[in-house]
Amino acid sequence: MGREPWSEPRTRQIVTEHKGLEGPLMPILHACVETFGFVPQEAVPVIANELNLSRAEVHGVVTFYHDFRREPAGKHVLKMCRAEACQSMGCEPLVKRAEDRLGIKCGETSADGRVTLEPIYCLGLCATAPSAMLDGKIVGRLNEAKLDKLLKGAGA
Amino acid sequence: MTVKIYIPKDAAAIACGADEVAAAFKKTAKKAAVKIDIVRNGSRGMLWLEPLVEVEHNGVRYGFGPVAEDDVQDLVKAGLLGEKGPKGIKHKLAVGPVEDIPFFKKQTRLTFARCGLADPVSLPDYKRLGGYKGLENALKLKPIEIVDVVSKSGLRGRGGAGFPTGIKWKTVHDTPPQQKYIVCNADEGDSGTFADRMIMEGDPFVLIEGMTIAGLAVGATRGYIYLRSEYPHAGMALNAAIQAAKKDGYLGDNVRGSGHTFELQVRMGAGAYVCGEETSLLESLEGKRGLVRAKPPLPAHKGLFGQPTVINNVLSLAAVPYIMEHGAQAYADYGVGRSRGTMPIQLAGNLKHGGLFETAFGITLGELVDDIGGGTLSGKPVKAVQVGGPLGAYFPRGYFDTPFDYEAFAARDGLIGHAGVVVFDETADMMAQARFAFEFCAVESCGKCTPCRIGSTRGVETLDKVRAGERPEANLAVVEDLCNTMKFGSLCALGGFTPYPVMSALTHFPEDFGRPAKKLAAAAE
Ligand SMILES: Cc1cc2nc3c(=O)[nH]c(=O)nc-3n(C[C@H](O)[C@H](O)[C@H](O)COP(=O)(O)O)c2cc1C
Ligand code: SF4
Repeated sequence: MGREPWSEPRTRQIVTEHKGLEGPLMPILHACVETFGFVPQEAVPVIANELNLSRAEVHGVVTFYHDFRREPAGKHVLKMCRAEACQSMGCEPLVKRAEDRLGIKCGETSADGRVTLEPIYCLGLCATAPSAMLDGKIVGRLNEAKLDKLLKGAGA
Repeated sequence: MTVKIYIPKDAAAIACGADEVAAAFKKTAKKAAVKIDIVRNGSRGMLWLEPLVEVEHNGVRYGFGPVAEDDVQDLVKAGLLGEKGPKGIKHKLAVGPVEDIPFFKKQTRLTFARCGLADPVSLPDYKRLGGYKGLENALKLKPIEIVDVVSKSGLRGRGGAGFPTGIKWKTVHDTPPQQKYIVCNADEGDSGTFADRMIMEGDPFVLIEGMTIAGLAVGATRGYIYLRSEYPHAGMALNAAIQAAKKDGYLGDNVRGSGHTFELQVRMGAGAYVCGEETSLLESLEGKRGLVRAKPPLPAHKGLFGQPTVINNVLSLAAVPYIMEHGAQAYADYGVGRSRGTMPIQLAGNLKHGGLFETAFGITLGELVDDIGGGTLSGKPVKAVQVGGPLGAYFPRGYFDTPFDYEAFAARDGLIGHAGVVVFDETADMMAQARFAFEFCAVESCGKCTPCRIGSTRGVETLDKVRAGERPEANLAVVEDLCNTMKFGSLCALGGFTPYPVMSALTHFPEDFGRPAKKLAAAAE
């Protein structure tokens, strides 16, 4: 995920790159997250202006979707699946373990800013459950040892 | 001699170390001075064996799995890359000829016929294995004749609702010529499902071919695949396949020299379960909040950007090339009652042999769980099976005789949905599962209707009271009431079907809610 500092010209450039698409807003917001790591509040009026939409419309879309985070995440993002197939294989005790290790609740970022722990509802790896994803890398058949390794890799 | 080795590129295989295994093979072969050719294929669907490494010898593929990075040296030492081939190798990971494994052999693979055989994004391989024959046939027909073949095949939507695909296509076909769209619903949000993912990663051309045929049939020149963002590997495979198809004239402004245009793009969702609902999906594609639209108008009349739109699930569209190649009857010959053809069933959760099992409709739930799936992985008795994702009912063992068939499941207050089967062992707490169903609905509700938005949150609170021992009977009555309100007062199936998992848990497993257990005879009714 990108860590470029936000800038208005860069935002306008992203919009220009996607403007020719039918329904360009979702691809633009995805590109913002990819570039800046999140959708900064300041980006909303710029996008609205370029697409001839109201700020409220763009804001409404940003807030509707889980993927369009409005705050920067920690250095690493650990997503743990908590849907039914992973539940049947004991994901909940693993989530609890991660929470305890990081000293946070699922959905929060560790105090040192290193790790954001998030729930995800299904990675489609339901026959090799439980599953997790660390910074885009998927992991199946998660167990305590594997989880500890992931956390260690993330510097937690 | 070059040894041909297959190591899947499927996300489930990668999640269990396939990339590392492939790298280890490269390194070990180099050291041993053996020439190898590694093909990163789709998955064969026997996911408990992933990463499943296959070595080809005299045209037969011998399997080893699940292989870990650390096993590679050992396997090579045992002779995996040797002159004599993999046939006689005695190794704890050897599973023999892959196509003889009962899980594989018992299937009827129509949609998944090619999945796992070759490099998924190689167009020459796709054609060598029989791909694009359906399109060639379709190009010889009038649009209405294509619609007719699909209607006669009996194909029903595989996304959950089971609506006849031919009727949907006919409606769009009959609208006056204008910009029409084919939209593929690749949002696959149900837990326990991964067939869409597997076909997109393992045989993306079959979906592209199906969508192209749909375009010809209804007169649509543009298509979108709305792909959930949790599936980046599927996105890469689809985009590579689309590029290859374009380059060879299978997509673009003159499909195979026919003069027909069909352009295709992949669009990413953004982590909203409700966007799997077709009208919410269309809103999202347009760049709006994924609020569910009231119907009518149907998407077939006013869909994407207000234009006539076919919206179908991945598996519905991917079934079409087979139908166009072999004819409507060949497909309709499989199945039972009004459930024709095959269903790629996904066996998941606490199961020894989890994976993708494509079979004709009619197989019983018990056969799937006990025989094909081999019972639980934990070795403890099965307690409940949830079929059809988070909106599907929990069935007890007493219902294991239910045949896999839309109507048979509905008759028992359940649903097939997208055919995900999630198995729970006796440690499952069904009140917790019911609570989760409410909670999931509360998190994912689009917020348009009160019963769904408020009812689900109230459901969580009320079950918490039951758990705390606060007037349990009165509060369970509130839960039942809430379910009724949600069932009948919701615009879409998110609010409308959440009562299925809740009420089935309460009905079949009352003891988990502090009610007296059902008598055995009654439970097995
Ligand atoms: C909350 C909700 C989620 C849904 N999710 C999906 C999904 O992920 N994939 C899908 O194909 N259909 C999903 N559906 C069903 C679609 O609304 C629609 O019926 C389907 O895309 C039609 O295609 P088909 O006829 O080929 O099945 C969902 C429905 C609801 C109510
Ligand atoms: S039932 Fe729920 S998700 Fe469906 S339209 Fe109503 S509020 Fe939205």
